[in-house]
Amino acid sequence: MNFPVLSAITFVPLLISLIVLIIPKSKENLIRWASTILSLIPLALALYVYYVVQADPGTMQFREEYSWIPALDVYYRMGVDGLSAVMLVLTALLSTLCLYYSIYTVKDRVKEYYFLFLLLQVGMTGVFVSLDFVFFYVFWEIGLVPMYLLIGVWGGKRRIYASIKFFLYTLTGSMAMLLAIIAVYLNTGTFDILKAAAAQPFANNLTYAAVAFWAFFIAFAIKVPIFPFHTWLPDAHTEAPTTGSVILAGVLLKLGAYGLIRIVLPMFPEQFAYYSYEVPIIPILAVISIVYGALVCMAQWDLKRLIAYSSVSHMGYVTLGVSAAAASLHAPGADPTSAIIALNGASLQLFTHGIITGGLFFLVGMIYDRSHTRQIKDFGGLGVKMPYYYGIMMVTGFASLGLPGLAGFWSELFVFRGTFAVIPTFAMIGIFGLVFTAAYILWKIIQHVFLGEFDQEKWDAATHNAKITDMATFEKVTMWPLVILMVLVGLYPSLITRLLNAVSTVLLNNF
Amino acid sequence: MQIFLFLLPQLVLFLSVMLVFGIDLMGSKEKKWLPYLALTGAVISLGISIYLYGWMDFEEGTVLGGMIAIDSFSLFFQIFASLVAVFITLLSMAYMKVKSPYQGEFYSFILLVSFAISLLALSSDLVMIFIAFELLSISSYILTGFFRHDPKSSEAGIKYFLYGSLASAMMLYGMSLLYGATASTNLVEIARGLVGIDPSLNWVVFPAIVLMLVGFGFKTATAPFHQWSPDAYEGAPTPVTAFLAVGSIGAGFAILIRVMITALPEFQMNWAALITGLSIISMTLGNLVAISQKNIKRMLAYSGIAHSGYILIGLVSWESSVLGTVFDGLSGILVYLLVYLAANLGAFAVVTAIEHKTGSNQIEDYAGLIKRSPLLAGTMAVFLLSLIGIPGTGGFIGKLLVFGSALRAEYYFLALVAIINSVVAGFYYLNVIRYMFFQPLDEPAREEIQVPGSLSVVLVLACVFTLLMGILAQPFIHFVQTSLKLVLS
Repeated sequence: MNFPVLSAITFVPLLISLIVLIIPKSKENLIRWASTILSLIPLALALYVYYVVQADPGTMQFREEYSWIPALDVYYRMGVDGLSAVMLVLTALLSTLCLYYSIYTVKDRVKEYYFLFLLLQVGMTGVFVSLDFVFFYVFWEIGLVPMYLLIGVWGGKRRIYASIKFFLYTLTGSMAMLLAIIAVYLNTGTFDILKAAAAQPFANNLTYAAVAFWAFFIAFAIKVPIFPFHTWLPDAHTEAPTTGSVILAGVLLKLGAYGLIRIVLPMFPEQFAYYSYEVPIIPILAVISIVYGALVCMAQWDLKRLIAYSSVSHMGYVTLGVSAAAASLHAPGADPTSAIIALNGASLQLFTHGIITGGLFFLVGMIYDRSHTRQIKDFGGLGVKMPYYYGIMMVTGFASLGLPGLAGFWSELFVFRGTFAVIPTFAMIGIFGLVFTAAYILWKIIQHVFLGEFDQEKWDAATHNAKITDMATFEKVTMWPLVILMVLVGLYPSLITRLLNAVSTVLLNNF
Repeated sequence: MQIFLFLLPQLVLFLSVMLVFGIDLMGSKEKKWLPYLALTGAVISLGISIYLYGWMDFEEGTVLGGMIAIDSFSLFFQIFASLVAVFITLLSMAYMKVKSPYQGEFYSFILLVSFAISLLALSSDLVMIFIAFELLSISSYILTGFFRHDPKSSEAGIKYFLYGSLASAMMLYGMSLLYGATASTNLVEIARGLVGIDPSLNWVVFPAIVLMLVGFGFKTATAPFHQWSPDAYEGAPTPVTAFLAVGSIGAGFAILIRVMITALPEFQMNWAALITGLSIISMTLGNLVAISQKNIKRMLAYSGIAHSGYILIGLVSWESSVLGTVFDGLSGILVYLLVYLAANLGAFAVVTAIEHKTGSNQIEDYAGLIKRSPLLAGTMAVFLLSLIGIPGTGGFIGKLLVFGSALRAEYYFLALVAIINSVVAGFYYLNVIRYMFFQPLDEPAREEIQVPGSLSVVLVLACVFTLLMGILAQPFIHFVQTSLKLVLS
């Protein structure tokens, strides 16, 4: 039997969390370093999976299948293709960086923190590798509890409100999904995600198909989040501890979008196309998310909240790309290449948004740790005082607004290139989002925080005489892998798109 | 011989009742070991019932003049009853030692109610059902009002008694109507009598069903027959509350299932409609009222009403043709009962431990529990997550099966109400978790809470059960699916 690589990636963090549980509470440094160093194992395995999968990214590899609950026909099914492999690398990378960053920043209840964080990693990783609905659902929900506790215990002032809101929103979506999963099972007779998609559930009953489609869609839309289901996000992101925000923005949001691409699109292509083209609810919601999210950012003076809303806007591109791909099925004269390009853009955006916004949240956390304020108006002229930080923030911010040469450019280009060919109206409205994004990043972040004269008195008043220091070594170490990736993917996007393209092609050709 | 073997667990329980009671009566000064005697009796009974379940083959049918049904369903509830006896005894040990001098009476009644549960579950005749039902009820009234010097406990006992007598009377009236319609008190005979019954007699059978549902609804704490439960839960000694929440409700479902499926399959259309209504009212009312509760025992009472509502879904969507397949409803009920047994007993063990130490049952006094006792806070979190239905705990498997059965039987509205309610329930369960984990201690120097040994056993076992049923559900579901053989006509 082959070595079960995917099980290892998923469950090694669980093993580490159990090790953390055994280490006595007082040995905080041992807990910190042991979990960080051991978390390199799943990262290495994820890179190995990426390396192997890229040879043939269109097919599911590393398949594992064992019977789990035969009485319910539930299997332990795992497998990865190009898309999941990319997401695996993203998850493992951001987790390791967060664990490393926490060594220096988390001082309170260290043991519980590391235990929960590793549990969270199990949940996230599991979603990307599972190919069985119940199995998928189990991981989907398991991540919820540690995240809830992370926000609630280590979060900011309004953490209790934010954590409950986060939990209940997601639980609502999950419950809808649970019913949909059961309905699909009763219709197709299998919990296998790939087989169920191939069986096209409810193909002969459009009402049921529409209901099941919306149940899945809403479950994932809450997680993405798509307007109007986004209201948990600003609260959760703002109140979460830095690493919590990084994981929320970097990985948890991707779970929703991944679900749209992996489950909803192949299983309900007709419904997805109908609600993207004939009754274009989904692209409308997508462009509202894009434009509205960006406009809120323009009006936002809380730095962390601003970046939280920028996620709403940026995840809107993903939804737009996926819906364009779906709409190509019904749009007359839409060429299949454009659909594939749109889907490539959407899935590439998952990766680029993960590293870019993850990086932005790290950066916000760094300045908050110094000043204990997130109000943009309290800052100003920091470019002189923190040149290194300024430089990193420039790169990350430019990547976020889609400057050519950096990672964010390609995903946005692909999304709009694909969408223009299929549903041009929405692409045209959505493009305003890009303009606003450039505006709030340049005006709000770069200008207000870094440019101008540094006013020592204002700073002292706002931060109670906090010391200004430039980035410490551990902060540089945390940021560099992300910055390198932004540049690398910016210069050589096929590193990722080669894998995604194969998946998109297979997906759309199966229609 | 077969009858004797089959009834051995009950006989052991009953013998232990007599033994504990008798020794207590002899007036020996040393009564410290009485709880252990009761525990031994319960464990032996559990051992025998597991042995009978796993290693003995019984000929299915009714014996003793049709009074008692020998089937795997009965055996399942024998195990259930013995489990309840074992756990409630363990739960009571440390708590009752300081609270009451009447050790002998208390433990003999705990064993007696467990005996009544198993007796009720295997009755297959209306007369027998009524006797077992009353035995269970009257013992429960006494246990609820056990602290006779505590006004709350006495009030709870009286209230429970008044509601209970009314419910019993109505149920008895319903039974007599059914007897009038079919000329038999035997469930199997009744079912035969109802096949092709003269339609004019429907007006006897319908009221009979309604009246009997009042009785069963009372026992299962189903709205709108639930009014006794919050007060009884709050006033009763906490281990007795745990019994009411788990044992009594389990017994109620056992007999509800048996009567509906064995005696009244002809009228499924009618009782399913009624039970659908009860289920919707129970889920919604229980969850909505639970939100505003400040006392954890009352909160668990209302959430228990809601859980009864979820369980009823399984009965509504029962169809004999799909028995033993995925999502057949009945196996959903039994799995849910097992899951609920573990999670609720565990939760009440935590409540007992905290009340034992602090004397308070207010949810706000759970603030900072993680600092005072990580064991209590951690296990309580697992139990509450299981009650919400988070995967990885047994509660998820229970909900999956029950909701699945609703969808399979095409009760879409019921499924929708159930999931909306699950989210509402998430809110108040999380509220407790929030207090335990997020709320800082108001007085920083509060002492740690030591958990007595017997309670730790319950906590750990319940926690392991809860997690096992979530992660390795197969043996449990298999166990339940083989327990679905009821005596039918």
